[in-house]
Amino acid sequence: MMKPENVVYMDNNATTRVAPEVLEVMLPYLQDYYGNPSSMHRFGGQVEAAVSQARKQVATLLGADPEEIVFTSCGTESDSTAIFSALQSFPDKRHIVTTRVEHPAVKNLCEQLDTLTGHKHRVTRLTVAADGTLDLQKYEEALDDDTAIVSVMWANNETGVIFPIAEMARMARERGILFHTDAVQAVGKIPIVLKDLDVDFLSLSGHKLHGPKGVGVLYVRRGTPFVPFLVGGHQEKGRRGGTENVASIVGLGRACELAAAHMAEENSRVKGLRDKLEQGLLSSIPHAILNGHKTDRLPNTSNISFEYVEGEAILLHMDQYNICASSGSACTSGSLEPSHVLRAMGVPFTAAHGSIRYSLSIYNTEEEIDFVLEKMPPIIAGLRQMSPFWKADA
Amino acid sequence: MWEYTNKVQQHFLHPKNVGEIENPDGTGDVGSLACGDALKLTFKLDDKGVIADARFKTFGCASAIASSSVLTEMIIGMSLDEAAKVTNEDIANRLGGLPKEKMHCSVMGREALEAAIANYRGLKIPMAEGEVVCECFGVTDLEVIRAITESSLRSVEEITNFTKAGGGCGKCIDRLREILVATVHQGVDIKAVAEKPKRMTTLQKIKKIEEALEREIRPGLRKDGGDIELVDVDGDFVTVSLRGACTSCAKSQTTLKEYVEKKLRELVLDSLIVEESK
Repeated sequence: MMKPENVVYMDNNATTRVAPEVLEVMLPYLQDYYGNPSSMHRFGGQVEAAVSQARKQVATLLGADPEEIVFTSCGTESDSTAIFSALQSFPDKRHIVTTRVEHPAVKNLCEQLDTLTGHKHRVTRLTVAADGTLDLQKYEEALDDDTAIVSVMWANNETGVIFPIAEMARMARERGILFHTDAVQAVGKIPIVLKDLDVDFLSLSGHKLHGPKGVGVLYVRRGTPFVPFLVGGHQEKGRRGGTENVASIVGLGRACELAAAHMAEENSRVKGLRDKLEQGLLSSIPHAILNGHKTDRLPNTSNISFEYVEGEAILLHMDQYNICASSGSACTSGSLEPSHVLRAMGVPFTAAHGSIRYSLSIYNTEEEIDFVLEKMPPIIAGLRQMSPFWKADA
Repeated sequence: MWEYTNKVQQHFLHPKNVGEIENPDGTGDVGSLACGDALKLTFKLDDKGVIADARFKTFGCASAIASSSVLTEMIIGMSLDEAAKVTNEDIANRLGGLPKEKMHCSVMGREALEAAIANYRGLKIPMAEGEVVCECFGVTDLEVIRAITESSLRSVEEITNFTKAGGGCGKCIDRLREILVATVHQGVDIKAVAEKPKRMTTLQKIKKIEEALEREIRPGLRKDGGDIELVDVDGDFVTVSLRGACTSCAKSQTTLKEYVEKKLRELVLDSLIVEESK
């Protein structure tokens, strides 16, 4: 096994390290305190208290009320719950507004709605500009009387581009349309105060903010019509059946508390490291292009295309130095086509296949940035020397 | 993450014969930037007509680079006639195997070699002649038919793994299934294919098909005095034998396609092709 201390981990939009403080609060619930929070004895009751505490911690990070927090198993479950709930609450409405750059959790769900629900649905997939941003006028035109729900991600996982969720949610609310946002990448990285917004549903995932895998949250604004996705026991006030994943919920609570404490660092030191990495790569490597809006972007994410070389080959060379990142190339997606996000932005194929996403966290150091800045230019130059499309003088 | 053999990793990290020969005897240019991989192969012959040097330039993933590198190593020292016999399977085997989704990289190697030989001989590249089936990746019907025959492909998914056809928008998938059915039927060598060792996935398929026959299909047929037996499963091809009243029933072909195939597609896999054993 590769030892974690030897790894230069810059793939935090894929998943993050569990913070030591998070693990610490989880362990007792995996060992001694195994009671069921629903039980009518103090041994279970004390576990229920820990779950309630976590609910408060999550609510605090989001600027929401604890009772608006529903624990789920992952971001995908939260997304599905929100969208299906809206469709069932408004059975006569058969229109959804979303974007072309959503995470597969929303994108593929919207593509398969007809099969999943047995009804014909109209899905408007908003296009994005070359810098990955949305046109709000087109958004406004897409909303109509038939629209059951809008589902738009807060920040894009591949490029980090942030959408104007506050304004978009307001526009939906004015027309009586429910608004869902997949905020899996945004939570913990940028401030979110839901009580000031018109967002009805928000999804988040534990493992993207230094919590454990296998736990997520769906925020459901008080008063929003709701139909559960997992029907069963009375857990989560009947909004999500199934015995609680107690240890992970407790861990997620702590992770949210830590995220609030680290928010300033994320937007100053981490952003500084990201900018240094980005500027360093763009200036030392010719034909390197930044994908996504320069400023309306998460502080930790940088997606750069290295023209005329292929992403999987770049990643495997980086792997030789224990540097972890991601690519939007076809070969890494498991499909034969490059990332749908980069294609939606109109990134030319010459660049899409050679895109690398670096996503940092508070655990990254300046030494790591220097190390990556030292290793990347020869990797790209070596692969270009092998590429039939690369002209040395270009 | 892909599971690459040591040999693939070696050839990827330390590729042999990178570059382009000046004034080559043959040049093969295949693939494109849009497709995500491309290979330019050049070779030079000695006075006896043996490949004295071969060089490659590849844009693509680790397995594309490794396939190109190992290909140059293989063909140096071969006569053109020998080189012309190198198949994509040879390239993959020499690398200790490739993940099945990456077999198209070895096909690209073989295509570049073929194009380079054709270029030397002043011939047209035979595969480019066909009709384009998959527009996303510019794959012709001839290329698809060849992959089906040479690598004994038995499903559309396998065709995509080997040629990339069908891996984009998916519009050509029905056409690919037609080509698959037609090619397998013309192909004489079905027996040889059937003798190839079955993979786990086929075993799982068989189990599921048996289950579906038993629970859903047989009861219906038995009501009418008929019965059905599973004879073979080869890729997506399911061979069955109709028994009892079915054998003399004029509608047995309709039963097969409209009932058995439909049911199996619904319950097991929607790409299955059901046929009667003869």
